[in-house]
Amino acid sequence: MVCCGYLVRASAVFLLAGCPELGWAADGPAAEVVWWLWPLALFVMCFVLGMIAVPAGVGGGVLFVPIVSGFFPFHLDFVRGAGLLVALASAVAAGPGLLRAGLADLRLALPLALLASASSIVGALVGLALPPSLVQTALGVTILCIVALMWLAKKSEFPQVGQTDALAAALRINGIFYDAVHRREIAWQVHRTPLGLVLFVGIGMLAGLFGLGAGWANVPALNLVMGVPLRLSAGSSGFILSIVDSSAAWVYINKGAVLAIIAAPSVVGMMLGAFIGARLLKIIKASTIRKLVIALLLAAGVRALAKGLGLWN
Amino acid sequence: MELEKSGEPAQRVHASPEQLRYARVLDAGMKLGLGALAGGFLAYVFGLVPAHVPLAKMPELWTLAAPDYLRATGAPQGWGWLATLGSGDAWPLVGIAILSGVSLLCFIALLPLYAARRDWVYFAIAVLEIGVLLLAASGILTAAH
Repeated sequence: MVCCGYLVRASAVFLLAGCPELGWAADGPAAEVVWWLWPLALFVMCFVLGMIAVPAGVGGGVLFVPIVSGFFPFHLDFVRGAGLLVALASAVAAGPGLLRAGLADLRLALPLALLASASSIVGALVGLALPPSLVQTALGVTILCIVALMWLAKKSEFPQVGQTDALAAALRINGIFYDAVHRREIAWQVHRTPLGLVLFVGIGMLAGLFGLGAGWANVPALNLVMGVPLRLSAGSSGFILSIVDSSAAWVYINKGAVLAIIAAPSVVGMMLGAFIGARLLKIIKASTIRKLVIALLLAAGVRALAKGLGLWN
Repeated sequence: MELEKSGEPAQRVHASPEQLRYARVLDAGMKLGLGALAGGFLAYVFGLVPAHVPLAKMPELWTLAAPDYLRATGAPQGWGWLATLGSGDAWPLVGIAILSGVSLLCFIALLPLYAARRDWVYFAIAVLEIGVLLLAASGILTAAH
């Protein structure tokens, strides 16, 4: 928590150091800060988040919403709207490369994305109708569950799928992808497709409700439940996000819950940071970054929970 | 499940024609959307086009819930922002709308390929997804909510 707070304050202090006369007004409350300070701090924050999100293997949205809602003055409606756009922009940017490289599979993704995108609309409508304190509390609980999932969940690079299920066979959800790391072709098929579809309904709901990217849930559902190889799970997850977050984003746009002054610096900052982060991956151990992300999420989850319960506003 | 081909020198990509077409449309929409978002935002914050809500007022307004913000500023709901494109605030929304809408175009582009292949199940899935995205984008649900 202290870490997140420091990051935000460091951004603001860094910005103020350049032009102290343009900082806080004499009385000091957040509302009297010059208008550009918070968006600029948001840009810096998102740049940093983008740098660590890629090496940690999480989308930016899951870091963005709890941290920005906990430590910035923006209303939760606008933070969730911007969070969806951050996740959407990252997924849309990555999508073409993943599809061309065969690391995202259209036949696998489309049925799951259809259900998840429909449920994300419901989630978004519910989220915008509930009291912010309730959503903030539920967000805190969800983020803490994500921390537990990230800490405890095992991954299986090449899950063994004995026999495909009838639905997957009917939909012909199988294929071959080239694993550049192991320099070989991997044939894959899936099982437990009905359970996977049910899980993606829930994942879509959460994405719409909280404005989270939900890659943290997509990958375990694809990899551990449906038996999709890990690299194909990660690629297809990003592609599914580009569809699911589109439908949820429209709900936020139509409800007036997207403010350009918050969304645009977030998207641009996160994408520039992710660009650097992809290079950082070569020089910093991914496990170190992953631990940092878990610590950040833990702090942001506790902060969101405390804020939602009115213990720390 | 692993089909190892020892000595495979080059990467072999397994991407269907549908995937490649989807990727092409998504790529074009992504570049257009991000460019429009960045350009529109710069025009907005540097005051190249006057904003409907003055930027200096934003710190008082971004703490409000979305419905309260709309009431306080008289900003339009739904697709009403299209009528306010003369204001700088609406310009970044063009990029946001392109980014949010490009998936819809991708699915429309898939339909002829699935039809030609007589893959009616995936044709139906694509049609349903187009319906879901259109429903979300139309604002019907939010207006009724």
